[in-house]
Formats: sequence, C-alpha cells, structure tokens
Amino acid sequence: MVTYIIRRLIAAILMLLIVSMVTFAIFFLVPRLAGATPEGMASRYVGRTANAETAKLAAERLGFNDPVVVQYGNYIKGIVFGAEYDYGPGVEKCPAPCLGYSFITRQPVLNDLIDRFPVTLSLAVGAAVIWVLAGVSIGVLSALRRGSLFDRAAMTVALAGVSLPIFFTGLISLVVLSYGNPFSIFAQGGHYTPITENPIEWAYNLILPWITLAFLFAAGYARLTRAGMLDTMNEDYIRTARAKGLPERTVVAKHGLRGALTPIVTIFGLDFGLLIGGAVLTESTYSLQGLGKYAVDAITNNDLPKVMGVTLLTAVFVIAANLIVDLLYAVVDPRVRLS
Amino acid sequence: MSRADNSADASPAPPSYLELRDLRIHFPTDDGLVKSVDGLSFRLDRGKTLGIVGESGSGKSVTSLGILGLHNRRNARVSGEIWLDGEELVTAPPDAVRALRGKKMAMIFQDPLSAMHPYYTVGNQIIEAYRIHNKVTKAVARKHAVDMLGRVGIPQPDRRVDDYPHEFSGGMRQRAMIAMALSCDPELLIADEPTTALDVTVQAQILDLMRDLQREFDSALIIITHDLGVVAELSDDILVMYGGACIEYGSTDDIFYRPEHPYTWGLLSSMPRLDREPTERLLPIKGTPPSLINVPPGCVFSPRCPYADRTGDRAATEVPELLETRAGHGGHGGHGGHMVRCHMPPAERRSLWENDVKPMLETT
Ligand SMILES: Nc1ncnc2c1ncn2[C@@H]1O[C@H](COP(=O)(O)OP(=O)(O)OP(=O)(O)O)[C@@H](O)[C@H]1O
Ligand code: SF4
Ligand SMILES: [Mg+2]
Repeated sequence: MVTYIIRRLIAAILMLLIVSMVTFAIFFLVPRLAGATPEGMASRYVGRTANAETAKLAAERLGFNDPVVVQYGNYIKGIVFGAEYDYGPGVEKCPAPCLGYSFITRQPVLNDLIDRFPVTLSLAVGAAVIWVLAGVSIGVLSALRRGSLFDRAAMTVALAGVSLPIFFTGLISLVVLSYGNPFSIFAQGGHYTPITENPIEWAYNLILPWITLAFLFAAGYARLTRAGMLDTMNEDYIRTARAKGLPERTVVAKHGLRGALTPIVTIFGLDFGLLIGGAVLTESTYSLQGLGKYAVDAITNNDLPKVMGVTLLTAVFVIAANLIVDLLYAVVDPRVRLS
Repeated sequence: MSRADNSADASPAPPSYLELRDLRIHFPTDDGLVKSVDGLSFRLDRGKTLGIVGESGSGKSVTSLGILGLHNRRNARVSGEIWLDGEELVTAPPDAVRALRGKKMAMIFQDPLSAMHPYYTVGNQIIEAYRIHNKVTKAVARKHAVDMLGRVGIPQPDRRVDDYPHEFSGGMRQRAMIAMALSCDPELLIADEPTTALDVTVQAQILDLMRDLQREFDSALIIITHDLGVVAELSDDILVMYGGACIEYGSTDDIFYRPEHPYTWGLLSSMPRLDREPTERLLPIKGTPPSLINVPPGCVFSPRCPYADRTGDRAATEVPELLETRAGHGGHGGHGGHMVRCHMPPAERRSLWENDVKPMLETT
C-alpha cells in the first residue's frame, strides 16, 4: 500500500514534468520555430511598450538568447528555488515555488492564482453538491420507476443537459432569472463575496453559476446512476437483502446504490479535479474572476507566464485527482488490490 | 384486504406449520403469460424436511421466492394460499410479510458469491440480518455473528468475521450464508440448490451441517435441487415438480423404492451413483422441459413420456389429476401419502416399475 502510493507519487511528478515540458514547448519553442526573435519573445514577456533597446536588453537578461532547454531548466529551477528577474530597469523577485512572473501586472503568477483559487473552488464545491445530490437522486428514482413518465421526462432533460453548451444554458438562466424581469430573484453575474466575509451573500451571488454548471453535470450523473442502479438492482445480493426483511428504502440505498457507487466516485473525482483548475465557460459567462477566467484573459493578453502558470496548476489538480480516485477505488471496492 | 372476506372462500388455518394451497405464480410478458407455478399444494411441519426436485425451469425457485413474498407485485400474479403458522401470506400486506422474512422464514441461495454483497464484510451482513429483527447494539449483534460463524464451522470466527465474501472459499461462503439465514432462528428455512456451486466433498459437509442445524433449531426445512441424490438422505418427503406443478409426491422411501411416475423414473435413472459411471444414463429423459407459455395440453409430460401411447389420446387431451395412490403408506411424517399425476392405472405403473424400470436401474 505505502509502496504503491510512493510509486504513484513518483509517477505523478514525472507526469507533471512531461506536462510542463509540453506546455513550455508550446509557448516558448513553437513561437521561435515559427520565426519569433528573442527580442520579440522578450517584448511579449515584458509588455509591448518597451522600445527596441529595452527589449534587446530584456531578451539578454531574461535568457531568451539561451537554448530553449536551458530556459526550461531555469523555469523548473524557479519552481524549486525561486527566481529573480533582472530585466534591466529593475529586479523583480519571485519566491519559490515560482510559477512565473507577469511583467504586465508585475506580480508573481502564483499570487494571482492564490487570489483567484477561492472563486473557482467556491463555484466548484457548490455546483458539485447540487449536481451530485440532484443527479444521483434523479438517477435512482428513474431506475426504480423505469419506463414511467418521470423516468422518460428526466432522461429527456438529462439528454438536453449533456448536449447543450454551457454558455447557452448559462445565458438562458442569466436572462430568465436575473435581469429586470419578474423572476429576477438572483443577482446578476460578476459579483463575488468571500465566504469568510458574508456566507449568505457568497451563496446568493453564486447560486446562478452553481445551477448552470450543476445542470450540465447533473445530467450526466443522472444517466450514470440510472444505468448503474438498473444493473445492481438485478443482482443476487439485492434479493438476499430483501430476503433478510430489510425495508425497501434500505435495500435501495445501502445495497443497490452502494453497488453502483464505484463509477460515480471515479467520474466525480476526475470531474472535480478538472473543474477546480478553472470553469472556463461558466466563469466567463458570469464574469467570475476565477482561474478559468484568468486563463482566458491571460491568453487574450498574450501574457505567457500567466498561461504557463495556470496550465501547470490545472495539470497538478488533474493529476492529483487521478491519484486520489485510484486510491479511493480501493476504498470503495474492497475487492480491488492496490499493487 | 380484511381477513373476513378472505375467510369466506378459504377454510380455517390448517394445523401444519406451512401449507401451500393451489399456489399459482404467473408472469405476464411480451411473449405471453408464463405460468411458472401452476397449482402447487403441499404441507410441511416443523422438524421435517421436504425435498423439491425437478429439472431446470420447473418452477422451483419461483415457488420458494413466492413463499417469501419476494416477487415484485408489479410483474408477478400470485394466487392461491400460503399459510405460515396460521397466517395467510398471499393476501397479507407486504409490510407484514417483510416482517416475517429473515425472522420466521429465511432462505439460503444457490450461489453464495453473488448472493452476498461484495462491498460489505461477512460479519456486517450477518449483523444487518440480526439487527433488523432484534433491537440490540452493534456490539451484541457482532458477538452473535461470531457465534453463528463458529456454529456453522468457520475456523477463527472472531477473525474471519471481518473478511469480505471474496476472501472466503466457496464452501465457507455457503456456511456464512447459512449463518446469515439462521441468525434470527427462523422456523422455516428454504435452501435453493444450496450445494450446486460446490464440489462434491464440500457438498456432503454442507448437507451434514444443514441436517444438524435443522435438528438443533427444530425448523421446517425445504431443500430445492435438481439432483435426487442431494435430498435422498435429508428429506422426509419429496415433491417432484414438472412444468410448474407437482407430478409425484411421497415419502423419500416412496420416491426411491416405489416411484410411480415415468418422469420420476427418468430422474432416478439419471441420478449419479457411486457404483455407476456418472456419465452413464439408463433412461435419459429425452426432449426439453415444456414451455411454460404454451403448456402442452393434457399431460404436461406426454411429449417426452415413453409410455404416452399406453393411455391413448387421453395423454394429449386430459390433464391427469394428482391422486393418492397408496394412502398412509408414507414414511415418517409425510402428509397425504403417496400421490401421482398420471393416467396409467396404479397397477400398470407398479408393474412397469417392478418389471421394466427397476431391473434396468439395478443391473448396471
Ligand atoms: N420474473 C419472471 N418473469 C418471467 N418469467 C420468469 C420470471 N421468473 C422466472 N420465470 C420463468 O419461470 C420458470 C421457472 O423458473 P425457476 O427459476 O423457478 O426454475 P427452477 O426450477 O428454479 O430452475 P433452475 O434449476 O434452473 O434453478 C422459468 O422458465 C423462468 O424463465
Ligand atoms: S399420463 Fe401418460 S403421458 Fe403423462 S406421464 Fe402418465 S403415461 Fe406418461
Ligand atoms: Mg432455481
């Protein structure tokens, strides 16, 4: 068990290195191959305002003249030991773990990420609670009343939920529920209050994005749960549970749902891991300043260090989620041996 | 729902612990009505064992699930009467039947690996079975579970109680299943092919265990099997089922030494014996079991019966009745003597058995 975890951790770190290499190559090697000069790269780095001379100096000092491999080495070194950027006009400090330094906002990228993370996390946690509760209970009811009107209605809506793009459902709910109309019970997008300041306002401002995001996921979970329950409720052990004299409620929840849980837990871990790296569409639709919006803005502004940083962070979340799901798998299904 | 309307057409509660009267269990399906059980009656007292024998698809499992009230009322039509200790179960409210399940009547299933939940420990599953009918703390129930595992012969029960089903061997799993079924001291125990999934030596051990436990608990025991050998030593009475109905009923001695139905003869001849090569079958039952949707008219067994022509066209037109052939000649504790469902006159059947069939069974 312990050796398994250690092995998986080493694999995770290797995986992260590969991801960082690929991202680094995309943002630093490909432009050079496409003909960008070190000065051009540096000016993207320090901002377009710099004149030719400063750009040249910056390219020199920031190492854009070095081979890409050396540049990558320096980047990794920065993550481990921190970095200092002497770009001419002054020296900017970026303490370890330095995921890069944005010369546009004059901030270590990590500081931004730390600022933005609570928004994305709030969005993800709230939506996850809603979609798991709604998706799983709708799935269970659908399976138990297979073929009923409820089942057919729920599965039709679920199909729509899986197929409709989020900016569509998001815009619809934004229009229907928040702008000056009789249903405008919720705040319109763009506001975020930290939960530590005012939990009620926090929830009130997030409820629309939560519902929009949850709708998309709940649909998938309802279908997954329904399929799983249809399988497990036909298992012999369900008959045994009934033969014991258990009430039907216990049979369904403790025996049926428990048996259908493995794929749900697996998918949930992966979905959640991906989501806390930034819910790009939902955050953009509702102008929430989370990691997803941050990534979009960074790409729009061509702010390479930010793009690198947020990509790496997302990779960390996804890889961690994979690891946790694999460990959970053995917890959920005792027949699984970790080795 | 009240008992009053019911008692108008039903006679008062019978003295037997369990009595089935004309039980019918039909499933409406897209292909037609499946008559899995069609008019089954028998009686069983506490302390006695009934063996129900029949080929695959004869309705054995459907019967046992029916007694426990485990059929979904939405897709099964159940009629007739099931009397358990003076209570009628077919018309009883589902919750009343549920309260009896696991407590007064319990069941052991064929394949203990799939019949136990893979995600809960063996102990947890026994504890659950006990606590649903006994208001005790978890600790007390756990002690009880360890006791039960010990009684069914699991070594180191206090350690094995925390194992998962997949960590047990096949025989041990069946023992654990038995411990689970017996955890609330049921008065009626139904074992549906309890040994089919096990190898021969383990089969014998499990059967011994069931006999000992039945004596200890003084329960009424029904053993369901397609193999007469399994019930030979255990049963007081044997019911031979074919196409959803009883075609011969009698004491174990009746069925083994004085069988009168051609189908029973076929079963006896295909029974593996120690003194015979198991593959050798003297009077194999030709053909396939009957369709339960389009049940053959007349005698259900007639399409496969080697003696069908002896009763003229009656075999194909008239359903033979289940009639007593030798009243009171039963063994120990049988009910209703020896009954056979066949048009042939009893004398003809006996002479066929004595002169044709029995010698063939004995010579090889
Ligand atoms: N829910 C159901 N719907 C339709 N038909 C059913 C249902 N349950 C059982 N049957 C049918 O009833 C018949 C009897 O089945 P049953 O399981 O009682 O046979 P069995 O005697 O136990 O056979 P085996 O030795 O294979 O266990 C079978 O033909 C089966 O297909
Ligand atoms: S009634 Fe006729 S066909 Fe049926 S079992 Fe008897 S002899 Fe065979
Ligand atoms: Mg069966």
